[in-house]
Amino acid sequence: MTSSHAHVSLLELQNASLTLGEGVARVDALIDVNLTVTSGELVAVTGRSGSGKSSLLNVAGGLTPLSSGTATVEGEPLAGLKARDLAARRRRSIGYVFQDLNLLPTLTAAENVAFPLELDGVKVAEARAAADVALTRLEIGDLAGRFPDEMSGGQRQRVAIARGVVGERRLLLADEPTGALDEVTAENVMKLIRSLCDDGAAALVVTHDPSLAAWADRVVRLRDGRIDSITEAST
Amino acid sequence: MSVRDALLALLDRRPAYGYELKADFEAATGDGWPLNIGQVYSTLQRCERDDLATAQDEADDQGRRLWTISAEGREAVAEWLETPAAPVEATRDPFSLKVLMAIETSPDRVDDLIRDQRNATMSELQALTREKASVADGDLARQLHLDRSVLLVEAQVRWLDMVEARIDAHGKATS
Repeated sequence: MTSSHAHVSLLELQNASLTLGEGVARVDALIDVNLTVTSGELVAVTGRSGSGKSSLLNVAGGLTPLSSGTATVEGEPLAGLKARDLAARRRRSIGYVFQDLNLLPTLTAAENVAFPLELDGVKVAEARAAADVALTRLEIGDLAGRFPDEMSGGQRQRVAIARGVVGERRLLLADEPTGALDEVTAENVMKLIRSLCDDGAAALVVTHDPSLAAWADRVVRLRDGRIDSITEAST
Repeated sequence: MSVRDALLALLDRRPAYGYELKADFEAATGDGWPLNIGQVYSTLQRCERDDLATAQDEADDQGRRLWTISAEGREAVAEWLETPAAPVEATRDPFSLKVLMAIETSPDRVDDLIRDQRNATMSELQALTREKASVADGDLARQLHLDRSVLLVEAQVRWLDMVEARIDAHGKATS
């Protein structure tokens, strides 16, 4: 499961700490986390509820600024960016896949996938072509014209992942991406994420399911906001 | 008795030589349950003694004897397939014994022990998953064998997570 592409750092967290709330409600959501994800890598994040998994995804995606430390995406520190540039950086580099997917019900699969590119000013025809490429990579090119309610859960999940890797996006951040799917469908989704990474993307996937985490090159376990252990797959 | 019943089930399909039964058995179990040829022949001889199967009286020119299932053998297969098997017993295994003894005798080392054990178990899970990824789509028996192995190892990881959570909750309740 190694990629023939040059491995470049897509995400780097250095001494990343995040404190939420104040006074008695203060919580150290992340404490001194160091993590680098390079192209070709699938990294799983596990840990109990409240261990900091979702916080880790939020700071990796620039949705939540760090309290201290640095978050760098494709070599660019997020903290230095103005809000507009940060949003553009996120749209260009990072794809999110959440359990509830956030597919727009009035748009077809292809329109959903093309949407972030269009927001970024890419011409409609060009965005649609990129969407078709992404849908084909996820093996659902034939569903481009379907609306979300005309697809199965597994198919909708693939559309969300296609949107996550459309255009030049290479860093996929996923929070329980297989949450509502049966075992075999969930495994197929993880296989696709694995093969996207083998083709040069990178993914940081939060999951509570050990057998899905096992698709990763590294399994990072969080405990009380800190990295408790990292299990590397032997090659 | 399971191996006997499995061999009879294969014989129920068609008469076969011992070495064919060994190969069919291993293919059906995804190569996850290796059988020794001696075990195949001793099992077949017991089946013959119990009137469940018969062997050709005369061996062929290569010294092989063809085995055929009897009516009693067919009944035994039907009964075996229709009766639910007992679930895997999980009362004793070296893995849980070590964790439970550490909790009892070395509570200050439990955290490290759980972490090391989880790493080792997760590593095993990653190796099985890589093997799964390399299995051809059509190889159902191998897929099923690996699915089962993955789920058994996964149960150990989940149990370790629960051990850690229970110890934490217990510590909070008693402090």
